[in-house]
Amino acid sequence: MIRVVLPPHLRALARVDGEVQLDIEGQVTQRSVLDALEARYPMLRGTIRDHVTRQRRPFLRFFACEEDLSHELPDALLPDAVVSGAEPLLIIGAIAGG
Amino acid sequence: MSSVRVLVGTRKGAFVLPSDGKRQQWEVSGPHFAGWEIYHVKGSPADPNRLYASQTSGWFGQIIQRSDDAGKTWHQPGTPPGEPTTTPDGMPKGESNKFVYDTSAETGKPLTTHQFYDGTQHPWEFKRVWHLEPSLEDPDTVYAGVEDAALFRSTDGGRTWQELAGLRGHGTGPRWQPGAGGMCLHTILLDPGNPGRVFVAISAAGAFRSDDAGKTWRPINQGLRSNYIPDPTAEVGHCVHRIAMNKSRPNVLFMQKHWDVMRSDDAGDSWREVSGNLPTDFGFVIDVHAHEPETVFVVPIKSDGEHYPPEGKLRVYRSRTGGNEWEALTKGLPQRDCYVNVLRDAMAVDSLDKCGVYFGTTGGQVYASADAGDSWAPIVRDLPAVLSVEVQTLP
Repeated sequence: MIRVVLPPHLRALARVDGEVQLDIEGQVTQRSVLDALEARYPMLRGTIRDHVTRQRRPFLRFFACEEDLSHELPDALLPDAVVSGAEPLLIIGAIAGG
Repeated sequence: MSSVRVLVGTRKGAFVLPSDGKRQQWEVSGPHFAGWEIYHVKGSPADPNRLYASQTSGWFGQIIQRSDDAGKTWHQPGTPPGEPTTTPDGMPKGESNKFVYDTSAETGKPLTTHQFYDGTQHPWEFKRVWHLEPSLEDPDTVYAGVEDAALFRSTDGGRTWQELAGLRGHGTGPRWQPGAGGMCLHTILLDPGNPGRVFVAISAAGAFRSDDAGKTWRPINQGLRSNYIPDPTAEVGHCVHRIAMNKSRPNVLFMQKHWDVMRSDDAGDSWREVSGNLPTDFGFVIDVHAHEPETVFVVPIKSDGEHYPPEGKLRVYRSRTGGNEWEALTKGLPQRDCYVNVLRDAMAVDSLDKCGVYFGTTGGQVYASADAGDSWAPIVRDLPAVLSVEVQTLP
């Protein structure tokens, strides 16, 4: 079970409270987690990754295990602690603006 | 008794402000979509309970929201809550926030770039929806004006969107360029007497008209003069801020340009200046009285470098002669130390008798006049900066 923590605005869009838990078949990567997240909550499509380029939106970051994974390749394996569910993948809105 | 519902988009959410026909006592509902920029909220003329909202964020991109109960509840049209998120054959349902430019072989070739600030060619990149214009007849059909400038249409209640690519593809697209606020299509006018006729305005490209329901387009900027572009009378490149019409006389258009208030009596084929005695002819909003097609409202703003009212006095100017002769309307509006702006989509008129006029400011005030501008009172004073104001007149 993969745990994902969404920023508050995306929790509101997805109509969820707290963490999201996802079952991932196969390798656990940024891409597979986001694919599973968007399949479960299609209203989040386009909000984390661009619809067309599939690139991470510029003001979002992916953190886990006290590391910034934002610049890892989409198909790089996520840390074991995320795979085991011990730690969540954090999707963070960058601090900017008012 | 008739009533009205004012729909307000702000920097930090949407607000719905209903009142009875007297328009003296108001309720305030909101913020809806708290914390998000709401560029525009507009109701369907065919079904007043159907509202569309453009919800946008620098972090999370564009969302389209829809209400089918007059703003009490909202949903993203492609993904109603509680319903399966895929079709029976496993395909994802519609994605209401997916705006993808048409790059088909037939039309895509000339649609690749526009002029950028530095004079180079720059690819079109979708940023947000500035304006939503529901069809006059069909609640499920709605147009979206977007940045970078293009026109999209949904015919399934906002679930999916298709670009009307003939606008960008008609030939002048590579000469369009962004204004200070970006390169946005911000005005969409549907001709009530001619279902095929659509007007749009783009900053900074100008005004355009289609006579075949959006398939083909042509610039309608003859008579505009803009000293901030190399050829002041060029076919395109003008920073049109807003166009308005009275629905009973759709061939007559009024325009607030970057500078200059303009008028056309031939559906935009030609324009003439009607700034007359305005204290400044810079501004953003313009609207026309619902019952008197020669009565026009503007809010003069000091200059393109000083986006606030001249002399710190917030004044709506009204012409009862179709332009040129303007009177200041000040009763109930601050006449000292006022330095707010009124953005291009932030004025509307209702169709009650007397005509109500509404506008919102970057200071968060929404002002209403129930007597065609003679007197004003704030509905609310302390909202986030107002981006758009619309009003529905309800039976």
